[in-house]
Amino acid sequence: MTGAESLMRSLELEGVKTLFGYPGGAIIPVYDALYDHHDTLNHILVRHEQGAVHAAQGFARVSGEVGVAIVTSGPGATNTVTGVADAMIDSTPLVVICGQTGAAQLGTDAFQEVDVVGMTQPISKWNYQIRRAEDVAWAVSRAFYIARSGRPGPVVLDFARNAQVGEVDFEPARVDFIRSYVPAPKPDAEAVAEAARLINNAVKPLVLVGQGVELAGAQQELRELLEKAQIPAGCTLLGLSALPTGHPLNKGMLGMHGNLGPNVMTNQCDVLIAIGMRFDDRVTGNLKTYARQAKVIHFDIDPSEFNKLVHADCKVLGDCRETLRALLPLIKPNTHQSWVDGFAPYAEQEYNKVIRGAIHPEGGPLLMGEVVRAVSEATQHQAVLVTDVGQNQMFAARYFQFSQPRSIVTSGGCGTMGFGLPAAIGATFGAPGRTVCLFVGDGGLQMTLQELGTIMEQQAPVKIILLNNNYLGNVRQWQTMFWNHRYSFTPMMNPDYELIAKAYGIPARTAVERPDLAAAIDEMLGTDGPFLLQCAVREEDDVLPMTPPGANVDEMLLEIQ
Amino acid sequence: MSTPQLYTILVYSENIAGILNQITAVFTRRQVNIESLNVSASSTPGVHKYTITCFCTLEMVKMLKAQIEKRIDVLQARYFTDEDIFILESSLLKISTPAMLDNPEVCQIVRHHGGRIVEVNPTYSAVEKTGRTEEILSLYEDLNRLGVVRQFARSGRICITRGTREQLDDYLAEREREHSAGAQE
Ligand SMILES: Cc1ncc(C[n+]2csc(CCOP(=O)(O)OP(=O)(O)O)c2C)c(N)n1
Ligand SMILES: [Mg+2]
Repeated sequence: MTGAESLMRSLELEGVKTLFGYPGGAIIPVYDALYDHHDTLNHILVRHEQGAVHAAQGFARVSGEVGVAIVTSGPGATNTVTGVADAMIDSTPLVVICGQTGAAQLGTDAFQEVDVVGMTQPISKWNYQIRRAEDVAWAVSRAFYIARSGRPGPVVLDFARNAQVGEVDFEPARVDFIRSYVPAPKPDAEAVAEAARLINNAVKPLVLVGQGVELAGAQQELRELLEKAQIPAGCTLLGLSALPTGHPLNKGMLGMHGNLGPNVMTNQCDVLIAIGMRFDDRVTGNLKTYARQAKVIHFDIDPSEFNKLVHADCKVLGDCRETLRALLPLIKPNTHQSWVDGFAPYAEQEYNKVIRGAIHPEGGPLLMGEVVRAVSEATQHQAVLVTDVGQNQMFAARYFQFSQPRSIVTSGGCGTMGFGLPAAIGATFGAPGRTVCLFVGDGGLQMTLQELGTIMEQQAPVKIILLNNNYLGNVRQWQTMFWNHRYSFTPMMNPDYELIAKAYGIPARTAVERPDLAAAIDEMLGTDGPFLLQCAVREEDDVLPMTPPGANVDEMLLEIQ
Repeated sequence: MSTPQLYTILVYSENIAGILNQITAVFTRRQVNIESLNVSASSTPGVHKYTITCFCTLEMVKMLKAQIEKRIDVLQARYFTDEDIFILESSLLKISTPAMLDNPEVCQIVRHHGGRIVEVNPTYSAVEKTGRTEEILSLYEDLNRLGVVRQFARSGRICITRGTREQLDDYLAEREREHSAGAQE
């Protein structure tokens, strides 16, 4: 059979059922093979290769499986770069397969030849150029093994045309060992014991929950730890659904626009227990003053995260489900009553100064916060939240509530505008039984607007909530706060989004007045398939509280002077 | 933060194209200059050895090690200070023969520094010198003061460790053990 056909067999062996892609000259042999695999491989034709990768990311994030994208060489491959970089920084398992010029033409500036391996080297977990049909089975198996094991990440396969058409006797490969790669080191009993000792002696412990908890499937172990020793926790943006929002020990979101309590208490705790998180600057603020009073325990699967930004007094290397399981029997029950109670005044202060006004405004235009909370409530907090980037993202993260794991899909480390719409499409395929709600801004929606075509064709049931403020709002807020209100190129003229939705046959509605909001949401959720709900929200609203960039984590602004 | 000093980093990788790129990219991202670099086969079949020197702090070299080891096909990266290793560098100098004959000091300097004249013809002579960086540079500077050097080339550092255990072999043996244990499960 051909190399292209052995790619199909290899994908099937890896359990792939859904892939996102876009054809082109250098990948036609693969698309030709795909034509005969309709029954097993559901290929979703996107409208731009960036959309294919973001869709694969959305698919992977909600399902825990490897997302797959297939594109052609040259511009097809370069269009995937943003998504690959995004998946790398957010640890999302992907296999991206790009067509490539035949091996004989490589390096001659052949038509649509780009150096994909060179280009994606620093932004992929692994990449490989397949130049012979014989290598397909091995390379694909190795790609999936690397993408999904250890700290997950994107793998790029650069598939030379001659290897696609070349003949080979297919022999299935199963790579489950690479001697130079230790995906999940076995827990070190001494490190676990030391962590337990520190936690048992802590008077004011605080847990920081990262996406690593979701990736390891350690949500239950996390809960047991928190409950056994009554330790309060804050979650990173990507870790938000690792612990139900309503859990009494969940004290909210960490970081620049997170909740007051967990941020302030970071600089008061005596033992800081970071689990599967990487101390991003949006979480820590000023590192020089960050948690200096605390002993830091860092649980991570990636040894290069230790001491990268915050010194760890105790490093617990390994898959955090395994390390937490080893830790739990050593943890002594505790109450930490006064410490846990200490969060309440901050929550109250934040509620009075920020939250009440954001979700129950008394007048004026609709607010992003109230729309988000209303949608969350209307879905009984069971939905998958997908966001784009900007104020819409921060309001969504602050006011959406979670009751199930793997329920937030957002571009964290990269902050990629345009991520939301295609990622939401992917999420509908990755979590077919669940409601998928996308919150997106007027800026970000237009960055990958073409994917409405994919939604139309697939009838992908994405509930698109467009939070339209006629601004690149997030940048506008910074201009307000730090650049003397000089709104340089952040006001934006918008098209008629209902008309656009109409062109794609997607039902749409616009909510302008407060009394109309609930009915509009009901209509959206009551409609089978996709829906666009445009909300005309206050133009100059600000996400608060806020730790200004570089400020101390406990110096959050609750209002703008 | 410790003070910057010279570290020698030994990296072992599978023999796969493109690894050098991956390794040097780690230095570029952390804004650390590579002082010298040597790539060769190692004593283990199929394993490549990279000898890299750089000035940086202890914290930084630990970070570099971790980020290099993160690359899938890298087997091991370790760092050393000069006390931990036997070091060798080599150099070649091209000297004008008439100038050398004019000035007896040239030959004295070469001999004094333990250099070896490996070729003499009417136009130029070639001098070879191996040793540590300072020794090589000192010969070069002394000759250069006399204005007789036409070309100068210095190799990257190579080294072997002073330790009694071969850590790469230990690592490979351990991985093999884990693999066969895993296969039996
Ligand atoms: C691809 C990309 N370009 C630019 C930015 C910088 N940026 C961050 S938020 C933002 C404004 C987003 O505007 P909009 O989508 O309308 O969302 P809003 O903040 O108004 O909710 C911009 C331009 C980015 N994050 N990503
Ligand atoms: Mg906007």
